[in-house]
Amino acid sequence: MREYLEKNYLNQETTIKSWLLTMDHKRIGLMYLFAIMFFFAVGGFFALLIRLELLTPIGGDILDANTYNVFYTLHGAIMVFMFIIPSVPAAMGNLILPVMLGTKDVAFPKLNLASWYIYIIGSCIGIYSIVIGGVDTGWTFYTPYSSSTDTAVMSMTFAVFVIGFSSIFTGINFIVTIHKMRAPGITWFKMPLFVWSLYATALIQILATPVIAVTMLLLIMERSFQIGIFDPAMGGDPVLFQHFFWFYSHPAVYIMILPGMGIISELISTFSKKRIFGYAYIAASSMAIALFGFLVWGHHMFTSESEFAALVFSVLTYLTAIPSGVKIFNWLATLYKGKISFEAPMLYAIIFLLLFAIGGLTGIFLGALSVDIMLHDTYFVVAHFHYVMMGGTVIAFLGGIHYWWPKIWGRMYSEKWARVSAVLIFFGFNLTFIPQFIMGSQGMPRRYWQYDNMLDTDLFQFYHTLSTIGSWVLALAFIIMLIYLVHSIKNGKVAGSNPWGGLTLEWQTPSPMPAHNFLEEPKITHGPYAYDKVEAERTID
Amino acid sequence: MILNATNQTIWLPQQASTIAAEVDSLFYFIFYWVVFFFILVLLVTFYFSWKYKSKKKGLTSSLDHNTTLEITWTIIPLILTLVVFFWGAETYIKMNIIPYGAMEVNVTAQKWSWNFTYKEGFSNPKVLVVPVNKPVKLLMQSQDVLHSFYVPDFRVKMDVIPNRYMMLWFEPTKIGEFDIFCTEYCGKSHSEMLGKVRVLSQSDYERWVEEVNVIDESIPLVEVGKTAYKRYACNTCHSIDGTQETGPSFKGIWGSEVIHEVNDPVNLDENYIRESIFYPQMNIVKGFPNGNMPTFKGLIRDREIEGIIEYIKELK
Repeated sequence: MREYLEKNYLNQETTIKSWLLTMDHKRIGLMYLFAIMFFFAVGGFFALLIRLELLTPIGGDILDANTYNVFYTLHGAIMVFMFIIPSVPAAMGNLILPVMLGTKDVAFPKLNLASWYIYIIGSCIGIYSIVIGGVDTGWTFYTPYSSSTDTAVMSMTFAVFVIGFSSIFTGINFIVTIHKMRAPGITWFKMPLFVWSLYATALIQILATPVIAVTMLLLIMERSFQIGIFDPAMGGDPVLFQHFFWFYSHPAVYIMILPGMGIISELISTFSKKRIFGYAYIAASSMAIALFGFLVWGHHMFTSESEFAALVFSVLTYLTAIPSGVKIFNWLATLYKGKISFEAPMLYAIIFLLLFAIGGLTGIFLGALSVDIMLHDTYFVVAHFHYVMMGGTVIAFLGGIHYWWPKIWGRMYSEKWARVSAVLIFFGFNLTFIPQFIMGSQGMPRRYWQYDNMLDTDLFQFYHTLSTIGSWVLALAFIIMLIYLVHSIKNGKVAGSNPWGGLTLEWQTPSPMPAHNFLEEPKITHGPYAYDKVEAERTID
Repeated sequence: MILNATNQTIWLPQQASTIAAEVDSLFYFIFYWVVFFFILVLLVTFYFSWKYKSKKKGLTSSLDHNTTLEITWTIIPLILTLVVFFWGAETYIKMNIIPYGAMEVNVTAQKWSWNFTYKEGFSNPKVLVVPVNKPVKLLMQSQDVLHSFYVPDFRVKMDVIPNRYMMLWFEPTKIGEFDIFCTEYCGKSHSEMLGKVRVLSQSDYERWVEEVNVIDESIPLVEVGKTAYKRYACNTCHSIDGTQETGPSFKGIWGSEVIHEVNDPVNLDENYIRESIFYPQMNIVKGFPNGNMPTFKGLIRDREIEGIIEYIKELK
């Protein structure tokens, strides 16, 4: 059973042209994967330098104030717009979604390729803005600072504008594919939950991304023609910018986390060989989160908006948070009476459960109006969103990479090193960010280049030091991961079609996948999680 | 651990205002529930992982829902979060209703300093001096970009937005000095935009008001200038060692010829310094085209200007 498909999508054609002009969703997904991993490394590099500067309270250890401000902005902008948003949908989604649906490709292969090129063009514009000096506004581009600073705001906002289109194209492609191209027998409620999560994500991508595009365009016009919409010096309103910005950027949080949740549903079910608990609830709640996610943007602005708005957004925030919390219970209940095994992808799923729980639970502090006043714009917020974005999305993304890696390359990575790296990530992550919760609630503001001359300087330095050490552990873990993953591409053991014994369709085709995904038309005989009816043979031990 | 103040805990700074205890009680209410739920998740995860770890073959249970359980675990968090909402909202509303008769201080935020102007007709940069146990209302405005006024020990924070007044109040309950942080990113020296709240007893406060209005002639002008240089945060833009930062350095400029972006060159003298403090946009020095400097007219006193002039003369 353990076979390596000799003629597969990777080597069907080998010319450079066959890659650059490919219409194959798998190749496009792979090109996305390489591009976003590059930006993950760049963003991570900036993060390490920021953390190193914060080792001592005095500014200027390794970065001057301007450079520090540029680096933290680039860390945020690159991680959000060039890494996390395309990470799961554009890379993992492209690689797997059509296979899960038993189809040959996405609905619009050319649009799919175009989306990759638009992403690359946008990213190049982003890199150009770094080359000409970088941006120092924070990834939020708040006016009037962003309309008055003389750094490269125009090119960076234009990059965000352009990259937005690649996100919209991917969204359109997935929605049409899911509606029109499911193999016979895959009804809506027989779709894997990863597909459901991508569907909900695609809706947000299409509905919300135009808003950031318009906002960025208005900011560019503000800077070029002084139209006076955001800058109070010209009669504009800076709070309007915040509303526009968060009207996209809050739903964007769900663009980032929903697909991650989708991966976790797959992992938990496969590795506990159990029907997913509350399938309909998880699918429906993804859709509900997608819609209600549009109603809570104001909770980023409790210290600048009106009191009445703050009250409304606070209560809506709590109502929207419930479905995410309940999903954790669903995943836990799925483990009940399962047959659980703990390969690397499952380790990531468990890590996700714990870290995402902390990320979600600390959100309760921030939703409470009186407590948020104290915590707003402190390190508590920084820690909170890193637990959601990195502890949630990035961990799920890594789980997905380890889960589908044998499907993508036909070979296995070293399980031993994968475990070492997962455990290091878990401890390194907590060491980095738990201290940030504490110093945040003690009052340490975010985006500070130095923290000297404060009553609590010594206390803050203690926690900053722990956090910086944690960042090195994380860096080490990622270097290990890079080595064993790259090594496995040529040298890994042959994985076979179904290394984990999964029941979704991608495990019923050889690895690496054939150019048209299936050698013969897939037959749908059971649901994606029918572990109570069918047992699939695992192709590795 | 390295906790400074007496009633500072691992998680929270000291409580130094009337609202602080109320905020903290909700913080800890949430904290204990959150810890409870997290431990629950942790224990269930580890218990199931241990109990159902298995490599055996065979089918598993078809259990995939349980309505009672699902309703229960939706309703309980819903009720808890609604309690948190109402509790948070109640304190928040209190934070926003300014008590009648509160002492008023006007706050001006600008890159990168705080300035506090009192009803009595004087102003004090960087340090907000207030009497203990009296409500204080701050009427805040920004001269340039967004800033945010934050005193952790008072648990208060409010963004300061240009072109409108933002209001905030607190009632200090402790005598002492407390940090003021700017918590809305405002550019290069954002992390140097610090200030202090100095809370005095009523009698000390009254004495301070008297003293601040009397000019102490015995302090040498250079010293007055040196103090004013830090007081008005000139140091965040103008160095004294020759490094060119946001604005030109003060070192060695006395008597030199100043080249401008537009206007004709001028020799730097007493009047030039006075004019630059009052009308900084009149002459923009070449190499600093942004003209970031705000005016200090109405904030700075004559003797302080004289002091700064003497101080600059000294910086050869």
